[in-house]
Formats: sequence, structure tokens, C-alpha cells
Amino acid sequence: MPKRSHFLVGASTAIGSLALTGSAEAAYSRIMQPFENGERPLVAFPQKRPLIVLTPRPPQLETPFSVFDEGILTPNDAFYVRWHNADIPTVIDGAKHRIAVTGTERTLSLSIADLKAFEPVEIIAVNQCSGNSRGFFGPRVPGGQWTNGAMGNARWKGARLRDILAKAGIVAGTKQIRFDGLDKATLPDTPDFIKALDVDMARDENVIVAYEMNGFPLPLLNGFPVRLVVPGWYSTYWVKMLSSIEAIDHVDDNFWMKTAYRVPATPNNSVAPTDKGYPTVPISTMNVRSFLTNVKNGSVLAPKAQEIRGIAFDKGTGIEKVEYSIDGGDSWNTAALGPDFGRFSFRQFRAEITPKAGSTMTLATRATAGDGSIQVATPTWQPSGYMRNQIETYKVTIV
Amino acid sequence: MKRFALAAITVAFAGSLLASGAAPKTTPASVVKITLPGDLDFGYKNAPGVVLAQVNCLTCHSSAYVSTQPRLSQAQWLAEVNKMKNVYKAPIADADVPKLVDYLTANYGKP
Repeated sequence: MPKRSHFLVGASTAIGSLALTGSAEAAYSRIMQPFENGERPLVAFPQKRPLIVLTPRPPQLETPFSVFDEGILTPNDAFYVRWHNADIPTVIDGAKHRIAVTGTERTLSLSIADLKAFEPVEIIAVNQCSGNSRGFFGPRVPGGQWTNGAMGNARWKGARLRDILAKAGIVAGTKQIRFDGLDKATLPDTPDFIKALDVDMARDENVIVAYEMNGFPLPLLNGFPVRLVVPGWYSTYWVKMLSSIEAIDHVDDNFWMKTAYRVPATPNNSVAPTDKGYPTVPISTMNVRSFLTNVKNGSVLAPKAQEIRGIAFDKGTGIEKVEYSIDGGDSWNTAALGPDFGRFSFRQFRAEITPKAGSTMTLATRATAGDGSIQVATPTWQPSGYMRNQIETYKVTIV
Repeated sequence: MKRFALAAITVAFAGSLLASGAAPKTTPASVVKITLPGDLDFGYKNAPGVVLAQVNCLTCHSSAYVSTQPRLSQAQWLAEVNKMKNVYKAPIADADVPKLVDYLTANYGKP
């Protein structure tokens, strides 16, 4: 398996084996993220267009934000990538792949064909990394230094997890369902990446084992041949290359549930950098967010009537309203919402503004979700850099 | 996008078949094979202690895990090294921990 051999990566052909010398950096086009130490290469990984490389191994690749202005669905080749452990299979035969279902009345070994025999379900849902936008936290926190592109919206097709569990038969006393994929750590004692859902959540009608993404098999780096889809929940639960579904009679205490991916059990899941000893809970559902997609911070606009547009989403209560401001949040107007692709999808919005020549403005957007939750201007903070959702602002100059 | 993705897979297949030199076998359509770029690790800064970083850190992740971080304090780098050692079970010798922290702080830390 030629895991680390040379491959088609844009302008890389002249690099050779200078991996440890530092001079390989010059060969890639680069972008500057808007924070300290933000220079990153843009590289096309297999099945991907050029994406922002946070780390090559294991790969963490961010979607350039302009992609979100191209349409409501994020193309498979532009969809962000994030792995925890580096031993990722690079050759997978979908026909031979099996998902073991254990801890149930009956043990199952499901092929993709078996999955397709269940009633197929399609759902458009946002997949967002828990640490999306981590690079914008202040004070800065260690971890993957994402801007806002560790998210995507896709049409997922698969079998309902609850149909699979019903076929296997849940035994009395089952507390959680635990999920594992084919990826492994390079060292034997590093915790394998495993996640668990409470059994009631696992039996939610929207949770599926997906074998298609936007009408095609998943890209390998997004979890081919199957991944768990947990609409409304952060991506850490969307286990890729799913190979094991295990019913357990206790609350899972493996590292990735008990220690990692936890958030403060405080208002807005926020604490002060000096706080210690607060209670934490496993991260779960996404808070409400909105972004402009055709305006960037620092954009130059023409002095004429024009559309500003963007996307909003939440944990699946739906987007009730998106407001926009042209004065940094002092006053707000309501934007028009685009077509509804379901409560777990991006929702587009648009508004018309007519800025005056020679001025500067601070645009802002503020989404309200179906459960009444609303973005606020006050930044939240937590040591792991999860769940950022403050109001985004965009300083623009009109020339 | 869809065509692009499919083309990339096909290219990967063709490349691997040609490179193998063996009689081409029919690869089942169900197989997806990719080759991750192997030349993207730009390396740790060449400074005293760099060998410690290469020996202890590259097993599990590329140097970008360090080099893309914000400027961390010595206490933060110590916390990171301890996390790698105690949580992710990197076999870092006790005596190497302070040396590694010194290297990281000097080259990737707050001035």
C-alpha cells in the first residue's frame, strides 16, 4: 500500500524528498488566514479540489469560504476533512466492507448491499466540526486553527440507524450505542477514535448510516464507504468508515467521550480563561450561526444597490429569522430567507443594500432559530475552542 | 464537482496499475484507492532540540500540528507535551520532556 508515495498534488512535482528541510514550502500556493501565524498551503488531496491544509497527516483540510456562496450544498470535492489518528486506510473495497452490530439480541454483519435493503432515507444536513472557527477565539487556544470553513452541507442517503438496531434487537438495559471506524492510531496505546450516543438519540428517526453524499459515494477522506450522520449534532459523532455499532449497558467512558470533546456546563457553554473546576458535559448539538458568503471582512464594495447574501443554520429547529445590520449591530433589518431544504440544512438569506461612496460600514448578520435561540455579540470562550457562534461582522469600504 | 471527483479516482487507479508493472488486473469498481501526498511535511525548525521533536512527534502527526499553532506559552507547551505523553501515550522519556518544551517554546512559543 503506497501510503506515502509521491502523488498529484498541484505544483509538487519538483519537491522530491525534502520533507524535513523546510524548502518544500515554496512549491504550493498559499493563503493567509486572518490571525497570527495564519499562512497555509492550498493543496488538492485525492478526490478533492485545492483546500486549505491545516495539517497534512492526519489530514485536516478546510473549505475555502467562497465555496459556500456557490450553492446550498457543499460539493464533495470541496467538503472539509478532519481526522484524529493517522492510520487511515487508503484502499477500501466497498463491496467487502462490513459493519459489525454487536451487544444486541442478534449479531449482524452488514454489507453496503445489506444497508441498501433497508428503507433508504435522504436528508440534507450540516456537518460542522466542534472546533470550527477555533482560530478566532481570544485569547487563542491550541488545536486545529480553523477559520469558518470546517463545515459543509450535503444530501446524505442511507439507512436509518434505528431500523438497523430494530433488526438486531436492543436488549433491556442498553444505555448507549458506540461507534467505531476503520481508522486507527499509529501507536498501539493511543486511544482509538470511538464515539457513543444515548440509545434514545441513536433511535432518532434522522440518524442514518449514509452510503451516499450528494448522490455519490462518499470521498474516502470523508468516510467512504459509510459514515454515521447525526443531523444537528457536531461532526465528532459522525463516525467515518463506520465498521462497528455496539450496544453497551453503561455510559461509555473511553477517552473521546469522557475526556475529550467536552464543553463547560455553563451559560452559553462559556467560561473565563481563568476559570477552573467547572462541570463539563460531552458536546452535542450545534448552536445557531449565520455568515455572509459574498462579502468578506475587508471587502471593497461599489457605491450602488447590491445584494448581500449568506447562510444560516442551527441544531435542527430551523431558521426562524435572519437579520442584517449595516451599522455594526446598532440597528437591524430582516433579510429574505431562501428556499427551505429542511430544518437541518443551510438556509440561504439575502438583502439589498445601497452603500454610499467614500464610506466605510460594518455589516453584521444575526440568526434566530426555531427554538428562539439567537446569536449574540458577546464572544464566548472555552479552553477547547468549541461552539463559537457570536455575531459575525464584516468591515467594508465603499469605493 | 461530481465529474471532477470521479476523474480523480480514475486517475488514481490508472496510476497505480501502470506503476505496478504487473499484468493489469481488473480492479473491482467497488474499490476506492487514494494516495495521500507524502511530501507536505515542511519539517520542524532547525534549532537545538529539533531531533527530539522529529523522534518524538513525527510518529503520529506532521510538524504542522506544532507549526500552525498560535504562539503558546511555556506552560501551554508543557501541557501539550504532557497530553501527548500521558493521554495519547507517546513514548517520550521523562528526561526529554523539559528539553522538548524548551525547543517548542523557543521556536513556536511566545517571545
